[in-house]
Formats: sequence, structure tokens, C-alpha cells
Amino acid sequence: MSDVLLAVDGLTTAFDTRAGRLTAVQGVSFEIRRGETLGLVGESGSGKSVTAFSLIRLVQPPGRVTAGRVLFQGRDLASLSEDEMREVRGAGIGFVFQEPMAALNPVMRVGDHIAEALRVHGLGTRAEARARAIDLLRAVRIADAERRVDDYPHQLSGGMRQRVMIAIALACRPPLVIADEPTTALDVTVQAQILELLREMKREFGISLLLITHDLGVVAETADRVAIMYAGRIVEQGPVRDIFRRPAHPYTRGLLASIPGGVAGSRLHAIEGAVPNLASLPPGCSFAPRCLERMPVCAAAFPEVTLLGPERSVRCHLHAGPGSRFPDPDEVPA
Amino acid sequence: MPPLVEVRHLVKHFPRGGGLFRPKSVVRAVDDVSFDIEEGETFALVGESGSGKSTTGRCMLRLVEPTSGQVRFRGEDVLSFPGARLRAARREMQMVFQDPYSSLNPRMRAGAIVEEPLVIHRIGATRERRERVAELFRLVGLDPAHLDRYPHEFSGGQRQRIGLARALALSPSFIIADEPVSALDVSIQAQVINLLMDLQQQLRLTYLFVAHDLRLVRHISSRVAVMYLGRIVEMGATAQIFEDAHHPYTQALLSAVPVTDPDAPRARIELEPSSVDREAPLREIAAGHWVAT
Ligand SMILES: Nc1ncnc2c1ncn2[C@@H]1O[C@H](COP(=O)(O)OP(=O)(O)OP(=O)(O)O)[C@@H](O)[C@H]1O
Ligand SMILES: Nc1ncnc2c1ncn2[C@@H]1O[C@H](COP(=O)(O)OP(=O)(O)O)[C@@H](O)[C@H]1O
Ligand code: SF4
Ligand SMILES: [Mg+2]
Ligand SMILES: [Mg+2]
Repeated sequence: MSDVLLAVDGLTTAFDTRAGRLTAVQGVSFEIRRGETLGLVGESGSGKSVTAFSLIRLVQPPGRVTAGRVLFQGRDLASLSEDEMREVRGAGIGFVFQEPMAALNPVMRVGDHIAEALRVHGLGTRAEARARAIDLLRAVRIADAERRVDDYPHQLSGGMRQRVMIAIALACRPPLVIADEPTTALDVTVQAQILELLREMKREFGISLLLITHDLGVVAETADRVAIMYAGRIVEQGPVRDIFRRPAHPYTRGLLASIPGGVAGSRLHAIEGAVPNLASLPPGCSFAPRCLERMPVCAAAFPEVTLLGPERSVRCHLHAGPGSRFPDPDEVPA
Repeated sequence: MPPLVEVRHLVKHFPRGGGLFRPKSVVRAVDDVSFDIEEGETFALVGESGSGKSTTGRCMLRLVEPTSGQVRFRGEDVLSFPGARLRAARREMQMVFQDPYSSLNPRMRAGAIVEEPLVIHRIGATRERRERVAELFRLVGLDPAHLDRYPHEFSGGQRQRIGLARALALSPSFIIADEPVSALDVSIQAQVINLLMDLQQQLRLTYLFVAHDLRLVRHISSRVAVMYLGRIVEMGATAQIFEDAHHPYTQALLSAVPVTDPDAPRARIELEPSSVDREAPLREIAAGHWVAT
């Protein structure tokens, strides 16, 4: 089998609202290899969650995948029946949500959540499921797992709930886990523990991870490759080290430069302007109204994907065609 | 000159509703907290969720009534002020809230939101107030042409600017900013922080800055107090806290900050809760550097 676990090509998802059609995700393409973590980074509303839900066919109406292809383990997910798709969710792709409280049933004990995940896929009897639930709670480093397995969600702290979500996502040993802002609602100390846990799970179970976040620090610590989203499109992607050292897209450069850390008390580098509204995107490049390097061509056409190397790509007219202006490491941040 | 703000032995207990078989107890949200803030500085409160940062700030403005302790502003005890004097003091002390979505009245126009404190304090005639509001809009980088818009017609960063304009309406000298940028998009946070720093210079403001993001705290504060379970466990100049942390909780907190350098070594320090002596008093281990040991 090929090294590529998930291949997404041209994924496009739109919402037909009274205000007209909102294209939340447009022509998104990426791959995740076995054992690899891809960080998907973007601001709120940039389309990260819609991308994740589109992958596992859980976009709710009026949302609809209007174009593109998702190959998981070589199978085209669009061609599967609803039953086959349910099998993929859980056994093939585990899911960890931003708000664990909303994803857990308040009247179900922790152990029953895990047992249900196992039983849906016909894995074991009730007693076996309970034993396996305790094992999983131990695996996600919940102290006193034998007792915690009988707790209700509200009896757990935010960090523990997120550990339970990870245990559920891992219950059927899926090769891929999608984690949608798994630490955004948590304290920085708890966040560090959960990220460490995800790294350990990756090592122990050999899973691949799609890690969705708006925090570049989280990406730097956890991901192998990163894709930067802006207004529904991936504008740059490549290996984390390389992108952090030599960001090519003006938006990526702005984001990296705006992280506080320079001379204390100095002004921060800010990206002026606001994130565009999807209902009124500017013509051409969506970042153009905020871009300091904007050229006349930028307002005319959305830039196509330019390959900057075997692993790196960018959508920006600065890099289109020959004579791409690829910045030197010394020149960064802009 | 005395410090602008002096907080002494501040305590706030919230009752925890006793059940049928459970005795009533209290949450010691703020448990004997003392610190000074000098005029013109940015003093930061950091610590995990629920450690009592917001409650400390709210007690200082008497948005909640403290259980005991003192808060002095320019040497005067705010907690003993009667109603009228308290209203006058509130002109000098203002708060900016975390959530720009819920902290503005959705049914009021932006101009009216900013004008409201002037109306409440009966400042200026209608025409003067209008001019002042337009001036405040410009001060925070909003277009006065948008005075008649409603909050939902503004972006998150713009709404935070409206909240700031409102806080500045009465020309305060002291502002408590409770997580003023944590609800904003990453690319917008820097704009608002720059604005806060510019206004501090321009208007000689003093800030109490409550924040989760330690990278930001390091960038903008002169001094930092670290709270843990309702108490200050370490306090000092920003460099003392970030480069010479002594308390195990401070060390754990600092080690948890994600670093944006993929090559930086990660060295997490886990806090062993039993290693923290809750009753330990603050001791000065170096000039201005206090640690609970
Ligand atoms: N009105 C209230 N009634 C009861 N308990 C309260 C109330 N307000 C705060 N608390 C409790 O007081 C403690 C401190 O809360 P506070 O809001 O000051 O924390 P914080 O440090 O600001 O946390 P965060 O970082 O999450 O904003 C918590 O245990 C909280 O549950
Ligand atoms: N049910 C819906 N109806 C209309 N628009 C939606 C719906 N769900 C999401 N969107 C829009 O899709 C865009 C992307 O949303 P989302 O993927 O949730 O962003 P994020 O990157 O914050 O996860 C946003 O502009 C959002 O308003
Ligand atoms: S295409 Fe033009 S406007 Fe868009 S990011 Fe590149 S230079 Fe800026
Ligand atoms: Mg989301
Ligand atoms: Mg708070």
C-alpha cells in the first residue's frame, strides 16, 4: 500500500444561504502520510472545521461538498454507502472536537462512551468493552482509571474530558485521527499535557494526525508539515521547519512576525485590516486588501498553486512563473 | 509618591451551595492578595483558569464586593467609598472585557455605547458629547462615519475598539484589561495590543493586564504577579519572572508555553500539586522579587 493515507484533491464545500452561496472551502488539496502530523492553521472562519467535517462526510445542510475527491487508504470516500462510511468513522478515522462537553452525552458514563464506540464496530462483549475502556483511559494517562470509568462527563475537568475524547477517538485504533482545536478551550499547562499525549499516542499507536489549530506555537511543537488556510483556501504548505524559516506567502510571514517576542515594549508587527467576509470576498487574491506586497495583477485573478520545491507550494502572484521572489532566511520576518 | 493602586489582603469568598447532604462551603476565589501598581506601568496578572485573576480585578472596581481587604487608589480607600464617591472614582478606573461579542449591548448603536458613560455621569451637552464620541472613535482607530452602526456590523477587533473607546470616554487614568485580545483572531491581536500601548503613551494610562498568553505578557508588562489557587505565589519585574522563576508553579507555567521555533528543545516541568505549600507567605528574595516559600 502506498505511503499516503489520506489524499484530498480540490475539495470544495459551499453553504447555500439566503444571502447567497458561501464557499467555505475552495479547492483544498493536501496529503497525509502514514505516521505523519499535518497542522492545518487558520483564523476563525477560515474553513478549518468545514474541511474536517467534509472529509468524513458530516457537513450539515445547507452545507454541501460541491467538488473534489477524498481518498482514504486508496478508497474514494464519496463512493461509500452510509453504512460503510460509519465504519470508516471510528475504525478508520477518529475525531477529537474542540468542545469536549458538547461531544459527550451528559447522562452516559465515561466507560459507556468508549464501550459504545467499540460495539458500533462489533468489537467485543460488554465485559470486554469495559476492560478495554479502562486500558484506554490508562493509555491517555487518566489516573485512577478503574474509578473514572464510571464517572459522568461533568465530574471531569476540561483536560480530563479532552483525554476521554482522545481515548474514544483511539478506541478502534484508527490509522488517522482528526483533532479540531483540541486544546483551544484549555489552559496553557493542560494544553501542554494534551499535546504531549497526542505525540505519545502517535509514537505508540503509529497514527497519523490532522491537527487543526490557530496557534502557530502548537504547530511548531507538534506537526511535521503545515498547511495555512485563509478565506477557504490553502495559501501555503510544506514542512514546518522550512515554512517557519522561509515563509513564502505574505500572510504566513505576517502571522509569524506578529508573534510577540521581539524587543519588550516595542510595537508588534500587525497585519492591518480585517479577515474578509466570505460573502463579499474581493476579486482576485483574498489577502490583497491587507497585503503590503500587492501588485496590480493580484486584484485581477486568484493566484494558482506554484510549487517551490518537491514539498512546498504557495498561492501568491509573487511566486507565479519564473523569477519567483523566494525570500532569503535573513530577510524574514518581513 | 505612593503607588497609584495599592491592594492589601484582598479576600473574596463565594458561597458554594450546600446540597441536602453536603455542608455549605466557600470557594476561596481570592485569598489574601496584596500588590502595588505604579503610575504609568503595566502590571500583569497571570495564572491558570479559575486562579482568581478576574475576581481580583472585579473586586478592585467593586463590580463584586470583596469579603475583606483594602484597595487604595491614589491613597484613598475605594472599598469604604459611599455611593456618590464611588461613582466619581469609577470615572478614573475602567475595565475592558475579554469578549467583544457579549460585552456590548447588541441593540445599541456604537456611538451610543461609547456615549453612555458620559450620559450617566452627566458630562457635557448633547453637542459636546457627540464631538467627544467622534474624537474617541478616531483615537481608537474607528471611522466616525460608522457611529450609527450596530455591534454586529463590526468585526471582533473593531468591537474591542468600541469597548476601549467606551472605557476611555471618562478619561480614566487606570484601566483593567481582562484578556482583551484572547477572543480575537491571531492577525488582529497585534493591532489591538499596539493600540493599547500607543494609548498608554499618549494618555499616560496605567494598566492591570490579565492574560493567558505569556508571550504577550512578557512583551508588554513591566511587572508580573503569578496567581495559583487564589493567591499570588510569585511577583516581580518581568525579567525576574521570565528569566529567574523560583516558584514551582511559575516554572511549570513558563515551561508550558508553546515555542514557535520548531528546533527549540522542549523541557516541560510538571507541577506536583503537593509540592505547593498553600499557606507559605511571600518573601522578598531579591529587590522587588517575591516568592511564596
Ligand atoms: N459569581 C461567582 N460565584 C461563585 N463562584 C465564582 C464566581 N465568580 C468566580 N467564581 C469562582 O472563583 C474562582 C476564581 O474565578 P476567576 O473568574 O477570578 O478566575 P480567573 O483566574 O479569571 O480564570 P480564567 O482564566 O478562566 O478567566 C473560580 O473557582 C470561580 O469558579
Ligand atoms: N451551517 C453553516 N451555514 C452557513 N455558513 C457556515 C455554516 N457553517 C460554517 N459556515 C461558514 O463557513 C466558514 C468556515 O467555517 P469553519 O470551518 O467553522 O471555520 P474555522 O476555520 O473557524 O473552523 C465560515 O465563514 C462560516 O461562517
Ligand atoms: S497574490 Fe498578491 S495580494 Fe495576494 S498575497 Fe500574493 S502578493 Fe499579496
Ligand atoms: Mg473551527
Ligand atoms: Mg478570568
